[in-house]
Amino acid sequence: MSEIPQGLRYSKSHEWIDDDAGTVTIGITDHAQELLGDIVFVELPEVGQQLDLDGECGVVESVKAASDIYAPLAGEIVEVNEALMDSPEQVNDAPYEAWIFKMRLKNPADLDQLLDAAGYASLAEAE
Amino acid sequence: MLIFERSEEGRRNSAQRVISGGQQGQDERPLTGIPETMKRATAARLPELSELQTVRHYTRLSQKNFSIDTHFYPLGSCTMKYNPRGANTLAMQTGFLNRHPAGDAALGQGVMACLYDLQEILREVTGMEATSLTPAAGAQGEFAGVAMIRAYHDARGDSERSEILVPDAAHGTNPASAVMCGYKVREIPTDKSGDVDVDALRSIVGPQTAGIMLTNPSTLGVFERRIEEIAEIMHQAGGLLYYDGANLNAILGKTRPGDMGFDVIHINVHKTFSTPHGGGGPGAGPVVANKRLAPYLPIPMVGKSAEDGCEYYWVEEQERPESIGRLSAWSGNIGVLLRAYVYAKMLGSVGMERVADYSVLNASYLMRRLEQAGFTLAIPGRRATHEFIVTLKKESKDLGISAMDFAKRLLDYGHHAPTTYFPLLVPECLLIEPTETEDRETMDAFVEAMVTILREAKESPEKVKGAPWTLPVRRLDDVRAARELDLNWYNR
Repeated sequence: MSEIPQGLRYSKSHEWIDDDAGTVTIGITDHAQELLGDIVFVELPEVGQQLDLDGECGVVESVKAASDIYAPLAGEIVEVNEALMDSPEQVNDAPYEAWIFKMRLKNPADLDQLLDAAGYASLAEAE
Repeated sequence: MLIFERSEEGRRNSAQRVISGGQQGQDERPLTGIPETMKRATAARLPELSELQTVRHYTRLSQKNFSIDTHFYPLGSCTMKYNPRGANTLAMQTGFLNRHPAGDAALGQGVMACLYDLQEILREVTGMEATSLTPAAGAQGEFAGVAMIRAYHDARGDSERSEILVPDAAHGTNPASAVMCGYKVREIPTDKSGDVDVDALRSIVGPQTAGIMLTNPSTLGVFERRIEEIAEIMHQAGGLLYYDGANLNAILGKTRPGDMGFDVIHINVHKTFSTPHGGGGPGAGPVVANKRLAPYLPIPMVGKSAEDGCEYYWVEEQERPESIGRLSAWSGNIGVLLRAYVYAKMLGSVGMERVADYSVLNASYLMRRLEQAGFTLAIPGRRATHEFIVTLKKESKDLGISAMDFAKRLLDYGHHAPTTYFPLLVPECLLIEPTETEDRETMDAFVEAMVTILREAKESPEKVKGAPWTLPVRRLDDVRAARELDLNWYNR
């Protein structure tokens, strides 16, 4: 069973979200990296990019497939994890440390729409 | 070993080369008359080998090959069926080979008659209005089809349409083609029985919808039962329907995309019409359109008249001013098209129906046998069209043996692996397409291998996890290959 830390929030499209006063850090879950398999390339969004909910904001490519990353919330990209360009395997090795981007939320109340650890666990279990 | 690694400086094969007008054993006289500016400053770094070494190198490579000529090749979605040698022989006649694309149409009446006839055949089997043979591959045919949809909307001043709908089970090329034509892609979900989720479709279509790209039967190996309803929803919203011809062999001579309501289709002649799957080309992806989209077909096409003493002529922009234009310098890859033409003529209309009959019969037979042997079907209860999906999710969970492990172990038993991990929405899947050209004994042997591997997975899993054991190379490190790309010998 994959790891789903308490204290983080989760999207149905398998991103984890760590909130710090309206600026969130986002990566993909352990379950997502397991499904994808060995990741060979991460395409990052651009700093300053404005995103709507579910907007495409990057790609995670594994030996099996290329999957879009979706913005689990609306907001502006404020920082991206450039280290992933050179070592995408970090996403496999430590999915909750290998964050992909940070965004400033348009509306912090949107966070309430996301799943908690228990909610995400039952979603991952059902797949 | 690369041919460059066999190279020895100064080694020549001039002794074995036949030279006309020169003396045997001499290097050819240097070419004269090439402007200095066109000449390279440094010599090309080519491998230097004798003829015998070169022959051995490539013969050895070909012996390592897993191919349709040597092995069962049930690579789902790719339709790896037998390429009849007769099509090859006829397309390789010197009259065809020696024709220059810039040659006068008067001197190319034979080949143009064949192409014209092929246009008519493809138009007829798809139920459409007109054909352009010019796209140089399936992907270019797709691009042309979507570009035609765009040209149609633009011509009507309907330029607000910005979205192309693509089912989540689609080929990756579909969204890529839509994006190349400047569209945004919206995914449509598939329901549990493998059909497009029509309710979801209904809620997504609107004035922003330019069209939908569908494969029918789909990549899940089932026939889209509500296709007429889908066509109606799309057309009512002002959108058009694009048919990806990837799976046309399943319906050839039985039903036609035009009759289902599609507006444009591209055909992968290397699948349905059995031309070789070249190592990257040359290919051909004819595009066929109904009345609505025919004016936008790419040029040139072959026309027929009796003027100027030539019956056949190249249809250019003057005659089709609304065309999306040219896709390449000449008229497409005629050598490939000729093979498709000969194949179609050899089959005739009765043979084409037999293609559909046997592609479906073979897939259904293989599917039922694997189901009886204990494998899980991704979409149980539906009849297979020309391909079907086995999911190894349970085996993967219980035994720790993945679809990739199964695929690699199949190689040891003399079968090319089915397509793995596609479509993406089915976990641990094998997409299996035996094609119409396989016999029952071959399919039985495949089932036996699958059963053996399942037993091995339980009793001696290391045999499966370490496979392949019997091939020239063991399991390759595809992760490292993707992360550390190394494509250029010169940079070593």
